[in-house]
Amino acid sequence: MSGKMTVVEGSYAIAHSVKVCRPNVISAYPITPQTHIVEDLSQFMADGKIPNCEYINVESEFSALSALIGASATGARTYSSTSAQGLELMHEVLFNASGMRLPIVMTVVNRAVSAPISIWNDHQDSISQRDTGWIQLYAENIQEMSDMTAQSFKIAEDKDVMLPAMVCMDGFILSHVFEPVILLEQELTDEFLPTYDPEHVLDTRNPLSFGTFADPSAYTEFRYLQQKGMDVALGKIEKAAEDFKTIFGRYYGGLIEPYMAEDAEILLMAMGSVVGTIKDVIDKARSQGIKVGLIKVRTFRPFPVEAIHSAVSDAAIVVTLDKNISIGLNEGALFTEVKSCLYNSDINVPVMGLMLGHGGRDIPMSTIQMIIDKAAQAIKSGIKVESEYADLRGELL
Amino acid sequence: MKVTIGGAVKPGTTRVNKTGGWRNFRPLYNKDKCVKCGLCSLLCPDSSIQEQEDKYVIFDYDYCKGCGICANECPKDAIEMVLEEK
Repeated sequence: MSGKMTVVEGSYAIAHSVKVCRPNVISAYPITPQTHIVEDLSQFMADGKIPNCEYINVESEFSALSALIGASATGARTYSSTSAQGLELMHEVLFNASGMRLPIVMTVVNRAVSAPISIWNDHQDSISQRDTGWIQLYAENIQEMSDMTAQSFKIAEDKDVMLPAMVCMDGFILSHVFEPVILLEQELTDEFLPTYDPEHVLDTRNPLSFGTFADPSAYTEFRYLQQKGMDVALGKIEKAAEDFKTIFGRYYGGLIEPYMAEDAEILLMAMGSVVGTIKDVIDKARSQGIKVGLIKVRTFRPFPVEAIHSAVSDAAIVVTLDKNISIGLNEGALFTEVKSCLYNSDINVPVMGLMLGHGGRDIPMSTIQMIIDKAAQAIKSGIKVESEYADLRGELL
Repeated sequence: MKVTIGGAVKPGTTRVNKTGGWRNFRPLYNKDKCVKCGLCSLLCPDSSIQEQEDKYVIFDYDYCKGCGICANECPKDAIEMVLEEK
């Protein structure tokens, strides 16, 4: 069990986690929208604190991920971090990493995508990469993010998974904030995380090709196998959380984390740092006798369909909170997917979608309270608007 | 052959995986017109035209993609592209 708390910046905590996971190759494009994570890693490298590791400064985010693909194929444990436009520039390479089944781990510091120019937090960047075949995990706070980073290496590198993983943390709210954190201890991390031992390795003595040509007679089967890897990952994500708990004594749920959810009539669902605010509002509402609870979604890909089914089946209404929008559908991704996983099931619970906090707009407790009031109203008189913004400023329009 | 995780394979798998399957046009060779210049064999991007000892050529339809470069470049119009019937 671990214990010593230090006050550090979120980015530093993540860099530290990466360090103790003993990476072999780190790549980074060190310019906006990059964060202190790779800056701190670069400092660790310069100080000789990451043995057996190569740190590559590259000329773009496209190159950052491409370099890791090559490195990962040689059997190296690989890491990079990115954000917003940087992630979007990687789009094509994301498919290559997942298609070649290379377990690269990448922190995505979630920020809004331009235009209009914004450097603040929302989830549009990673949600836009939903279908690239990467595992996507979302953290609530710096400690969880710190711990999730180590877990993600274990999940991604599992022989039956072999998929790259995006570990997502809210930009600024988590990345640039100083919080008391228990930094991962080297000895415990070594105990938790085995060395990476891939089945296929790029090696001149035993030549192999990766991601080879597949004509129409074989392409479908590769995609099918990727989905199989995701199916297996569901169990491995839960297992990694359990293993972590055994060694470090900290646990945040596996695929989802219910909070006051058992008897909840109003069940909120959200990902990322807003969960902290929601928990505070729920505490307040509970003291007034309102039966409200929360399902924190830690794992967005693979989408935890069964876990969500059992979590929402007794609620009177489910309300999703999304920091992203599919423009043209007017829905956030969590809303769309939660609705979709309930359709054709025997669970009949209404779902209401609210989008908020886009482009870094603050989400005060009053906004969450308003959403709870709206949900209570909807239980009585039905959902009036299926999906809308919770914090639209009509006076600007 | 079975697909592998990530498509990682040892060299030489195209011996098993015939890659000519996407061909829409098939080159037909008229030996009577051929003057054995060897251009078709030289220019084939897939090494699917082999010169024999007598300098006449044979086409390897397992790997020919039907690009038609050979027919286009043949100075004697000895190669004709015909629609592949499937």
